[in-house]
Amino acid sequence: MTDVIIIGAGHNGLVCASYLARAGMDVLVLESSDSAGGMSASRTIADDYHFPGLAHVSYPVSKHIRKDLQLDRFGYQPGAAIDSVALDADGNHLFIGGNSVTGKDLPESDAAAFPVFKSRYLEFASKIRPLFENKPPRLKNMGFADLRTLGKLGWNIRIGLGKEAMYELLRVAAINIYDVLDEQFEDERLKGAIATDAVMGSAMGPRTPGTILTWLQRLQGELNGPLSSQGGAHLIHALTQSAEDAGARIRFDARVAKILIDNDKAFGVELANGEMVKARLVISSADPRATFSEMVGAPKLDAMFASRVKQIRGAGVAGHLHLALSGLPNFIGISESQMGNRLLVAPSMRYIEHAFNHSKYGECSEHPILEATLPSVHDRSLAPDGHHVMSVNVAFLPYDLEGGWEEQKTTLAYKVISQLGEYSPDLKSMIVDHELLTPVDIESQFGAVQGHWHHGELSIHQSFMMRPLHGSAQYDTPVERLFLCGAGCHPGGGLTGIPGRNAAKRVIELGGVK
Amino acid sequence: MSIDHLHFRQAMQHTPFHDRFAAMSTTEHWATWNTYKVPYVVNKLSTEYFAVRSGCSVMDLTPMEKYRITGSDARAYLDRLLTRDISNLRPGRVTYVVWCNDDGKVIDDGTLFQLDENTYRLCAQHHQLDWLLISADGFDVQVTVETHDIAALAVQGPTAYSVLTLAGIDGLDDLKPFGIKNLQCKEFPVTVSRTGYTGDLGYELWTDPANALALWDAIFAVQGQYDIHAIGLDTLEMVRIEAGFIMPGFDFNCAEATIRNGYDRSPYEVGLGWVVNLDKGHFTGRKALAAEKEQPAKRRLTKLVVEGNKPVGEAFIYAGKNGKQLGEVKCTMWSPILKANLAIADINFISGRLPENLWARFDYKRELKWNTTWARCHAQTKPFYSPEHKSATPPARF
Repeated sequence: MTDVIIIGAGHNGLVCASYLARAGMDVLVLESSDSAGGMSASRTIADDYHFPGLAHVSYPVSKHIRKDLQLDRFGYQPGAAIDSVALDADGNHLFIGGNSVTGKDLPESDAAAFPVFKSRYLEFASKIRPLFENKPPRLKNMGFADLRTLGKLGWNIRIGLGKEAMYELLRVAAINIYDVLDEQFEDERLKGAIATDAVMGSAMGPRTPGTILTWLQRLQGELNGPLSSQGGAHLIHALTQSAEDAGARIRFDARVAKILIDNDKAFGVELANGEMVKARLVISSADPRATFSEMVGAPKLDAMFASRVKQIRGAGVAGHLHLALSGLPNFIGISESQMGNRLLVAPSMRYIEHAFNHSKYGECSEHPILEATLPSVHDRSLAPDGHHVMSVNVAFLPYDLEGGWEEQKTTLAYKVISQLGEYSPDLKSMIVDHELLTPVDIESQFGAVQGHWHHGELSIHQSFMMRPLHGSAQYDTPVERLFLCGAGCHPGGGLTGIPGRNAAKRVIELGGVK
Repeated sequence: MSIDHLHFRQAMQHTPFHDRFAAMSTTEHWATWNTYKVPYVVNKLSTEYFAVRSGCSVMDLTPMEKYRITGSDARAYLDRLLTRDISNLRPGRVTYVVWCNDDGKVIDDGTLFQLDENTYRLCAQHHQLDWLLISADGFDVQVTVETHDIAALAVQGPTAYSVLTLAGIDGLDDLKPFGIKNLQCKEFPVTVSRTGYTGDLGYELWTDPANALALWDAIFAVQGQYDIHAIGLDTLEMVRIEAGFIMPGFDFNCAEATIRNGYDRSPYEVGLGWVVNLDKGHFTGRKALAAEKEQPAKRRLTKLVVEGNKPVGEAFIYAGKNGKQLGEVKCTMWSPILKANLAIADINFISGRLPENLWARFDYKRELKWNTTWARCHAQTKPFYSPEHKSATPPARF
């Protein structure tokens, strides 16, 4: 019998598989699609145009995962650092690096404040890192590891930060990024660009409480290294090799329909084709809502727990547009050598908030926020000679759009294209083909319930020991021998691999397959 | 017919039997039960008590919470809801059940009637619709409140069988305890179950509210031949303690209504371990209960006979006179038929066992003067009062 079945070959599933295989377990990864990677899997449209998947930029994975899973041996290298360009309708763009910002009309005070601000928040991020890297401590019945995590956190915040900085962290930790950025900066373009990183992928506007926390979470990635043009596909390739090298097997086109449970213990899975695969442990990287409500089923769970699963907040609001282009589009005010950067359409925080507001009422704003990259600038093999691919994250697109997505998808794609056209007049004429993935598509293609990137909103009440929900913290579930290892777990989404790693450590800590 | 139980002009609603109770009442001592106006005492407590124990009593059961559970998954739904293995339950039978929250703490208890293949009635002490609906997720099942659609009477006492037979309800001869039969009372249908909360021979009668008064009148028409009394809640409280029945919300806190940590109780802790079956498959609270069972018992609701004849009232229980305080009395009564002080107490165990030398310390009043005293208590496992005539089929004719 197989020791461990892992549901889903996304990056977390693969990280978990590689760790457990390296710990000597016989691991079988079951993937519903025909390739590994999940939302990070590369995609192809019009035959010859290849895209890095929904995660089109990334931070390096943590050095622990890199070392433990020998990723460098399998070709993993963080990509070249890129800047973020806050696009301006008049061509007065801001170029934002890790700790500097330049651009026409940028107030000197902002240019000076940015590095100070950034280093302070990176310090905050590093001090609360124990909370993000480790399994979240329980509030009751803490183990030694939990006490150590809390101890480190307390020491870091109180002693490491010093009194003044500690007060500042405690002041901002749960509030919104709108107020904080308004205190720091004048330039709307700059504030819009920073706020975009705090809200992209979440059903939150800059004024939503908790957006400092989501930003600090993103900065966890930046602690590993600068933002790069590298998409998730590169990491997936290395992880797949690492897992297989360690002995894990990956089976494609194997959609798990049910988790088999007897006497409150998982003992395998049933595939969509009716085949039963038995294992000593089952670990799901799928959305916890899908895992519990569909694969386990409410009748096999306690009533209140099943009810809480249904109350997990997480309706996706981000979509993705892929453009196949016949050439490199010209963006006014951006040189050809700068086209490899990340282009942001979010000219002010008010603009973002307005775009978000529409989504709350099932509407799609006329002015969505966009995060665009041209992966083919870095990797010429992605498109035919002279041609390019453009990858765009679009927010806020409500999952439950009034009137449904079927009718309005093309209109939205056109809207996004014309919006980009305001900065790049020749873009439209270069479009060979396009693909728009709405939250509904993301749900149906990647199994993320309601199309949420993070398998559940990264709100405070669904973070740490409350993630994914009360009764299933620390990667455990109420069903014995069933664990979670996906983005729905602490610390959440993003190409971190931390949920996969922590889940594997948890399984090993509990005695593995014994 | 359904009762208009939400009329805004009436804080206390009338059950379909109210006119008859009102006409009989000399005390006008009314209680509110689930928004309905029902008597504490109709005339005289001692008369009503002895009607249950030595004659025939009639009590209004209409306000009791009643839920209809139907659908192809009804049985699977109940299996997941209830702690008890109900695989032996058949149409036409009733069973006593308990349900718990995820932590294995008792939410409420009640009786489950299987009316036909996929139709059940669940009677509960407290309002349960929210919990029943939360539990319905994932099942093909419909849960509806039928509290206000059914008029119900409890007819209890040694002569209940004779009274009902004489009143024109035929077919009770072979109705066993916990059985249900659809019968006729003269020209209208009445469903009769051999169930009750008195620990005596008795029946519960269920009918359309339109037939309520006709049913009442048919029963009281034989009053000249049998001693029949309408009774109220005060009598019920006495006889249920004698019968050893506990009452959720009074003898212990209902789990989902408990605020303080540790103030709720598991079935094991209230002496209902016998309705928990950990081997029947998954049910809500199973995991927590299995874990609890591995541990030494912490406490138990315990039936006590208290020596002496002083009314116990509110009392603490100690391990030995002047010993360690172990718990407290939750309900108490002087039993006229047993001539004994009875109590049900929440008692902490020592090393997983009920300590043997139990004493109650309590205050009592004599000619307006308060005194404190100690009395030895004797724990009982069986009901205090359980007469043989309760379970005979056919019941004896008196």
